[in-house]
Amino acid sequence: MKIVVCVKQVPDTWSEKKLDPATKTLDRASVDGVMNELDEYAVEEALKIAEATSGEVVVLSMGPEQSTETIRKALSMGADAGIHILDDGLAGSDAVATSLAIAKVIEGRGADLVIFGSESTDARMSVVPAMVAERLGLPQLTFANKVEAPGDGTVKAHRLTDYGYDVVEASTPAVISVVEKINEPRYPSFKGIMAAKKKPVETISLADAGIESASVGLGAAWSEVAEFADAPARAAGTIVTDEGDGGTKIADYLSEQKFI
Amino acid sequence: MKTQSPFELFGIDHLLDEEERAIRDVVRDFVDTRIKPEVADWFEAGRIPARELARELGELGVLGMHLEGYGCQGTSAVAYGLACLELEAGDSGIRSLVSVQGSLAMYAIHAFGSEEQKQQWLPGMAAGEKIGCFGLTEPDFGSNPGGMITHAKRDGDDWILNGSKMWITNGNVADVAVVWARTEDGIRGFVVPTDTPGFTAIEIHKKLSLRASVTSELVLDDVRLPADAVLPGVVGLRGPLSCLNEARYGIVFGTLGAARDCLETAIDYSVNREQFDRPIAGFQLTQKKLADMAVELGKGMLLALHLGRLKDEHLIRPEQVSVGKLNNAREALAIARECRNILGGNGITLEYPVIRHMNNLESVFTYEGTNEMHTLVVGEALTGIPAYR
Repeated sequence: MKIVVCVKQVPDTWSEKKLDPATKTLDRASVDGVMNELDEYAVEEALKIAEATSGEVVVLSMGPEQSTETIRKALSMGADAGIHILDDGLAGSDAVATSLAIAKVIEGRGADLVIFGSESTDARMSVVPAMVAERLGLPQLTFANKVEAPGDGTVKAHRLTDYGYDVVEASTPAVISVVEKINEPRYPSFKGIMAAKKKPVETISLADAGIESASVGLGAAWSEVAEFADAPARAAGTIVTDEGDGGTKIADYLSEQKFI
Repeated sequence: MKTQSPFELFGIDHLLDEEERAIRDVVRDFVDTRIKPEVADWFEAGRIPARELARELGELGVLGMHLEGYGCQGTSAVAYGLACLELEAGDSGIRSLVSVQGSLAMYAIHAFGSEEQKQQWLPGMAAGEKIGCFGLTEPDFGSNPGGMITHAKRDGDDWILNGSKMWITNGNVADVAVVWARTEDGIRGFVVPTDTPGFTAIEIHKKLSLRASVTSELVLDDVRLPADAVLPGVVGLRGPLSCLNEARYGIVFGTLGAARDCLETAIDYSVNREQFDRPIAGFQLTQKKLADMAVELGKGMLLALHLGRLKDEHLIRPEQVSVGKLNNAREALAIARECRNILGGNGITLEYPVIRHMNNLESVFTYEGTNEMHTLVVGEALTGIPAYR
């Protein structure tokens, strides 16, 4: 079974993120990049399925030069090979354009399963997995917290809902997105870290993938950031002094604000 | 202004390759999630879950990580040093467990053992399923191990060991002890399963340092061992001393981890602690302390990395390891004490890691060659005169 797991490098969750005033996009150069946390669960799930089915895991990432670090991390966890979609023309791509590039590259190579984390911690849209499935014409099993892929041409997942979960099933090839709690991502082993640098990573440009540059990048985005401003500083708040009627005062306040 | 950590000030990351940074990050992550939240309690109780930790450390891959084959990872010496640093940023006791397992017990078997001994012990020790200890120091022979009393006598093909060993890390939790003893041919190493009749480990209590570490006395009372228990590869003090050289190398890096944790704690504390309506970090007296400590820490790291590169090229000499141990244990202890001072009254509690590191470093300053012995090794290298003979 060939599994493609899509990973994204995002700004470290704990770092202060800034927008670049010139492009009105995230300033990725000034912050440390890490593998999107939810993608670690996707890599772990891909590795578990591959281990059980003697499959192969190819890690795919689209992003600037430093995204190779995130690909290497997935390789050091145990993935077999990497694909890096790297092209200056991709900068500023929205979800629509991102899904186009990813789908185009996967289409050319084939996969039995495509696994994503359910969202990235920077953009937080959760739509790319569904868009990629749609573009590839494949079934999508999103927000999975349990996946069974025995390698017999079927895949079954527990799809998390607001009320519990749905059990959904599809034939492969299929696209899956996973939520946290599906597994416990492994630490890269030292042997894995040392082996990672010998594993193949293929770099693909827009031209290599046969993608027209007009259909991706900031210029092709369906929406535009018109302007942005810093979040207003937090106001001091109101202090209610309890003179025996504190409860009443709080209830009055909540009712005034229509909270109760 | 964006502040910098002491190592950022020195641009240390620039000196590490991607693989070294990745290995360091994995160990740091383990220490942050597994060691730091619990180690103050282990220290206070004077007890650690050694078996459980050994297995987790084995899974992590740090046990004998710089050795080749037999289930070991075969990393570079620099990567091993960085792992020691991160482990000791958690606690010197945890780093001691790893040093004794990998650099002393496993290294001795790896370097001087028979193929059978290596096959029998190393894979389980690398996985942390078997714990090792190393018996060289005796109650009356510390800096002068050549005077050891423990001896092994032939009885037919067998060996009979008698004597005692002191300050043995992992002693009470060990499955196997590498014990050095005097024989007719000179000092030799023996691989002693700890369930051999006549072998007893007595835990040393009332320590105020390395409390998150098991320290023991080993008593050998007519311990009968088969002929193949002896390490065939070495005769003489060169054997144990080359093991110690390995462990000391790890300490050159390790001490910096404890010092870094102290200094980062002190910087954070001084920025947030207000007296006279301003952070104490705003006082020149405090800034001088912080600046001097950061400079010493960074210098120590440059030295450690230089020694690591020499070791990876197989060029390092024992007196160079002494330079590193002498300087870095001394400066780390000085940094820990100064940081304790910056934390004021809060510096004496286990709520902060500083006094724990400070007390631990008192042991590290002394073990694996006292500061005085390393000074004399350097003195001999400079003058050609061995002052300790």
